[in-house]
Amino acid sequence: MDRSLPVWVLAALALVLLMALPLGWLGYASVSGEGGATLGHYRQVFTDGALQKALWNTAVLAFWVGLASLALGAPMAWLTARTDLPCKRLIRGLILASFVTPPFLGAFAWVMLAGPNAGLLNKLYRSLTGADDPLLNVFSMPGLIFVVAIYTFPYVFIMIANTLELIPSDVEEAAAILGASRFRVALTVTLPMVLPAILSGFILAVLQALALFGSPAILALPAGFHTITTQIWALFQYPPKVEMAAAFSVPLLLATALLLALQKRLLGRRGYAAIGGKGGQRRRIPLGPWRLPALAACLGVMACSIFLPYAILAKAAFARAWAQPLTADNLTLANFGFTFQQSSTQAAILNTLELGILTACVGAGLAALLAYVVNRKLVLGHQALAFLTLAPVAIPGVVLAVALFVTYTRPPLQLYGSLAILFVAYLTKEMPVGYSQSDATFKGVHPELEEAGRILGAGRLRVLGEITAPLARSGIIATWCFIFIGVIRELSASIILFTPNTKVISVVIFDLKEEGEFGAIAVLGLFMLGMTFAAVVLMQTLLGRDFVGAKE
Amino acid sequence: MRAHTTATRSAVLLVLALSVVSTAVPALAEDARVEAARKEGKVVWYTSLALSSSEKVAKLFEAAYPGIKVEVQRTGSERILQRVMQEVQANLKLVDVIHTSDAGHFVLLKEKKHLLKYTPAGADAFPPGFKDTAGYYYGLRATVNAIAYNTKIVTAAEAPKTWKDLLDPKWKGKLVTAHPGYSGVIATHVLALVQLHGWDYWKQLAQNRVMLVQSAVDPAGVVASGERPVAVDGGDYTFYQSKKKGNPVEIVYPKEGVPVVISPSAIAAWAPHPNAAKLFTDFTFSREVQQALADSEGLYTGHPGVRYPADKPRLSDLKLLQVDPEELQKRNDEIKKRFVEFFGA
Repeated sequence: MDRSLPVWVLAALALVLLMALPLGWLGYASVSGEGGATLGHYRQVFTDGALQKALWNTAVLAFWVGLASLALGAPMAWLTARTDLPCKRLIRGLILASFVTPPFLGAFAWVMLAGPNAGLLNKLYRSLTGADDPLLNVFSMPGLIFVVAIYTFPYVFIMIANTLELIPSDVEEAAAILGASRFRVALTVTLPMVLPAILSGFILAVLQALALFGSPAILALPAGFHTITTQIWALFQYPPKVEMAAAFSVPLLLATALLLALQKRLLGRRGYAAIGGKGGQRRRIPLGPWRLPALAACLGVMACSIFLPYAILAKAAFARAWAQPLTADNLTLANFGFTFQQSSTQAAILNTLELGILTACVGAGLAALLAYVVNRKLVLGHQALAFLTLAPVAIPGVVLAVALFVTYTRPPLQLYGSLAILFVAYLTKEMPVGYSQSDATFKGVHPELEEAGRILGAGRLRVLGEITAPLARSGIIATWCFIFIGVIRELSASIILFTPNTKVISVVIFDLKEEGEFGAIAVLGLFMLGMTFAAVVLMQTLLGRDFVGAKE
Repeated sequence: MRAHTTATRSAVLLVLALSVVSTAVPALAEDARVEAARKEGKVVWYTSLALSSSEKVAKLFEAAYPGIKVEVQRTGSERILQRVMQEVQANLKLVDVIHTSDAGHFVLLKEKKHLLKYTPAGADAFPPGFKDTAGYYYGLRATVNAIAYNTKIVTAAEAPKTWKDLLDPKWKGKLVTAHPGYSGVIATHVLALVQLHGWDYWKQLAQNRVMLVQSAVDPAGVVASGERPVAVDGGDYTFYQSKKKGNPVEIVYPKEGVPVVISPSAIAAWAPHPNAAKLFTDFTFSREVQQALADSEGLYTGHPGVRYPADKPRLSDLKLLQVDPEELQKRNDEIKKRFVEFFGA
């Protein structure tokens, strides 16, 4: 009997408690009616025209976001990982920035950039062409897809870039030596090797889009359409229809399960561990005359997700009227005073920091343990564990929040009204990201190194501490960072679970958005970005490299 | 004769004594009240009054009563109700003073025994529409819904004059409305216009592809920026403030009548800071604050002593559309449901 077993079992139990409890409640609520068990809520979900429309809108949004993210992320990953593209560090840094930018902040900035009438880009377009119609309308489905995709493609990028970095190019070179063209090598050798990453990236992007709340709330609602998440959120208005919302979120859960199953099937049983004890080299493919156009294309994408939005936020932060030119008349510092003097802002900043650090520490530890358990198949039912860990991706934060609300407003665990309930929500919500990150880390650490340790007589825990952990160290720190950043921008669960004494920054921003306080949102948004980038810089210093990209 | 003088003298004494008592005792009582409130340290205020206005009231109070903080929790009326009911269900006692623009909420909260019976000092003198007959809630402020347009895009001649003018297809894609699922001002407005023109009005208005925002404060910003040139509703005080700041905004008070929204304020039955809550409530109903609401915020109030800026129409000159709070409470669900049915979200 392995002495380490209790550790794995405990970690697994913690997970089951964290995930299964809200999921169980969700299922229970979805079939509970006033007169006992009922399927009426489901019947309504699939017959009510408005709800059907929301389902359809979500499917359209998620699919196109997945595709667009792939179209943006995959070429950029290949360019930065495998070619002699100039300014790679810069591109990677910018993609990282886009990855950590809260999507709702981006959506908000794009309202100012591409609102059909007052949007800066549309005004510019009109004055240049004399056209009546706007160039872009963010308050539409294509607008929403665009704005979501430019902040979701980094998921695809990271997946693919990391894989490309790990795969040694000797196989490709072998193919080239045997006479295959560059294109054929890419198609028949490189592509199959990165296919798992591409599919994972696509699925991750789809799941992100499915669960997103802030961007649809900002861009879809003004245009008069709902997605599942905003519809569920609307169902919680007084008098709350919790059961309907629960029933409405089950299709989402099923969709995720299906996607994950599909992913597994597509990947088959092939193992892709590429970092072993053996070395491998990666050579750069010369782009020739395409170097500069490729760079320009990359920078064009980054202009959409970083340069333009950040610039307009900065402008709004210092402007009396954001839609007017930044003349001396329009210049002000009043937004800063107004924002930071508010009684709820300062408390929100402290709450956000506290929750970010706490969740990141606990989450990174738990995710690492679980990924290890699943990868090394240490307990029975490890596949179920993996599913449970990934499942919250499918639970919109709003739904998770209500499940938690109901679970933790009654004895024995009365957490509502304290930061604890937000902590649980964040931990649950960040597990998929944390787990994926840790999973990738442990997949990359081939068991042969551990086996060598075991053969030499070390116990499982000692191997874990002395061989695996050091190898996985940077991966775990990256996980910490991911979770911290995810937490400080979390909106969809917070919006239900906060109480006045536990407000977080994103909630304050959302409140301000509903009132149209552009200046204050910009100030607080920039502050949030500042916090995020401080975390990123700190982690990169500790890691000694970019966590979205290569070791240079 | 002698008896008469004695009687007179004792009467005079009595009056004197009474007057001494009546000046000294309130002063003492006032000190004790403030002291008790100061011990509680703060008052938590759930308010639907625009954030900048709410913060202003809070600052005024904190200046008048140093040592007592006002925690402003501003959001839409309907969100406030949702929040309060969630907290009731979870047995959390967080809120002291509840202030929304949906008078129906207070019918509901009173019925469920969530309110403390308290009459703010001086509120007795307010007109009937501002007072709950049972004494649980009082109107802190009032606003009317109006149409507003951007004067850089729309000329005065083109501008809509009546609610029905907004149904003209020429406004397609040019209108903005706030949401009755968020704002009590708008929930009241929707019901008032349903009573005036029927649900058909809203159904037809929706044909004009109206941009949806949440707060009744937001249409003012949307119109000022030019994102949509015409607002089909919104508290007139927000348009007034925007105009005062130099934005190209003009307000239209339709002749058919303007829905008047009286926003009640009440103390929660379980208020964790009851003394501070009472002190704060009295303060907000005082002439000083009510006058400030009228002057700098452009609001109407129930206080008989308040004078209004010359550039605001008098309530008595407007044809006011009243909504019965009981009716508003009863039809709350219908209002939200049908609005969403027509507007899509």
